[in-house]
Amino acid sequence: MASSYLRRKWVDRLARGACVGATLLAVVPLISVLLYVGKSGLEGLSLEFFTHLPVPLGETGGGMRHAIAGTMILVGLACAVGIPFGVMAGVYVSEFEGPLARAVRFSADVLSGVPSITVGIFVYTLVVLTMGRFSALAGGIALGILMLPTITRTTEELLKLVPSSLREAGLALGVPRWRVTLRVVLVTAAPGIATGVMLAVARVAGETAPLLFTALGNRFWSTDLDKPIAALSVQIYTYATSPYDEWHQQASAAALVLVAMVLILNLAARLLFARRPGGGRS
Amino acid sequence: MSEKMKAEALRCWFGKSPALKGVSMPVVAEKVTAIIGPSGCGKSTFIRCLNRMHELVPGARVEGRVLLDGADIYGNGVDPVRVRRRVGMVFQKPNPFPTMSIRDNVLAGPRLNGLSVPDAEELVERTLRRVALWDEVKDVLGRSGTSLSGGQQQRLCIARAIALEPEVVLMDEPCSALDPIATAKVEELIHELGERYTIVIVTHNMQQAARVSHYTAFFYLGELVEYTDTNSLFTKPSDSRTEDYITGRFG
Repeated sequence: MASSYLRRKWVDRLARGACVGATLLAVVPLISVLLYVGKSGLEGLSLEFFTHLPVPLGETGGGMRHAIAGTMILVGLACAVGIPFGVMAGVYVSEFEGPLARAVRFSADVLSGVPSITVGIFVYTLVVLTMGRFSALAGGIALGILMLPTITRTTEELLKLVPSSLREAGLALGVPRWRVTLRVVLVTAAPGIATGVMLAVARVAGETAPLLFTALGNRFWSTDLDKPIAALSVQIYTYATSPYDEWHQQASAAALVLVAMVLILNLAARLLFARRPGGGRS
Repeated sequence: MSEKMKAEALRCWFGKSPALKGVSMPVVAEKVTAIIGPSGCGKSTFIRCLNRMHELVPGARVEGRVLLDGADIYGNGVDPVRVRRRVGMVFQKPNPFPTMSIRDNVLAGPRLNGLSVPDAEELVERTLRRVALWDEVKDVLGRSGTSLSGGQQQRLCIARAIALEPEVVLMDEPCSALDPIATAKVEELIHELGERYTIVIVTHNMQQAARVSHYTAFFYLGELVEYTDTNSLFTKPSDSRTEDYITGRFG
């Protein structure tokens, strides 16, 4: 008895130790990336970075106002494409069983495995060639398409978690199904869906490859959806691969700003959706 | 006694397996009708046919007629959504909407239906008083409906159902997830509501049926074995299967 208890205690300690070790190992890269980006980024960061445009080589200073705005616009456009279509597709797949729903689910899975640069080429063919020029719109559409599978699948998974008893409660009140879906099921799953959307945003905010031949990048200030637009990710790519030290520093600062933007957006979404009646948790 | 509802040769299936094999019985207006029987006898299926909830299960099928004030709710062109507004339902497990406050749960019926509620506060108070919940929750109306205890949640769900002023309230084992004290309160409530509403309650608990209902139907293997006033059914059942069941020989 006593020896088997001792043995169990030791096995427990060993297993727990292994889990803690694995967790630490997994957190090390995350922390070190954050520390590295924070440390090297802060050196190049100043108020000027947010308010100025890049200066010609050789001059010091300058900022990435255009790229910060560009990333915001691109992410905004991506959300405008990805959120409505993604959520609606997720609702369809979750609430309406059938061959078409299965086909949509399968397509979403395939799409989530498609390399982002392929999506870029697709949008290049579809939008850039048709319009005859690179544009913010094309970049936003490319990022939106990249958001689709994540949003569709998280919406589906979260709607499936909503107990069917709530759907029945709504229907038993004589509420039409579309209203139950919209005002009971979707609302109940909203915080989770928001988290899924944020994950998708975080993923596309840093995408570079699909922007190279859609939004192209721009050295100048532009908020025109019809024109090429700068993005932090493209700017980081250009600057970090350049041979100039000033540009390297600017790239680090841009990386920090990008991480911070995603983080702030994430926190804001959490705060916005964490509110429940009377602070009651459920 | 007037018949509020009436099932006529009601048969239904889940896919290929039959759940009800031709049930005919009345539901008397402004009385409580209890449906008893062992698990799987079709009693829940039966009441889900009374407000067309049964057909929501994929593969479910219904035949026969269910009259509500003399009109077949399965008739051509009858909107099931309209039927469910007249025939409300309370479920086995309390299911208040977790995203809504207590107040909004009471108002959920009219609001989700897009109806305007002229005097919402008054409706909330009147309805919560009717389910004897007002005194317990009047200071916390803004709290989430799921913050209440199980028994309170179930009374909130009853309030949500009757706020729409349905003509019939169906209850599917409303006390089976509650402790004895909460059960006693809900039973008392059902008994009181039976004065003004037509209630059909499914229960596993024979004492409960005896306590709250005026009429009782005994279902067995998808068939209605016996339907009569509650007192007669429990004191002198006419079918031997009913007698075996109520004396605890099976089920």
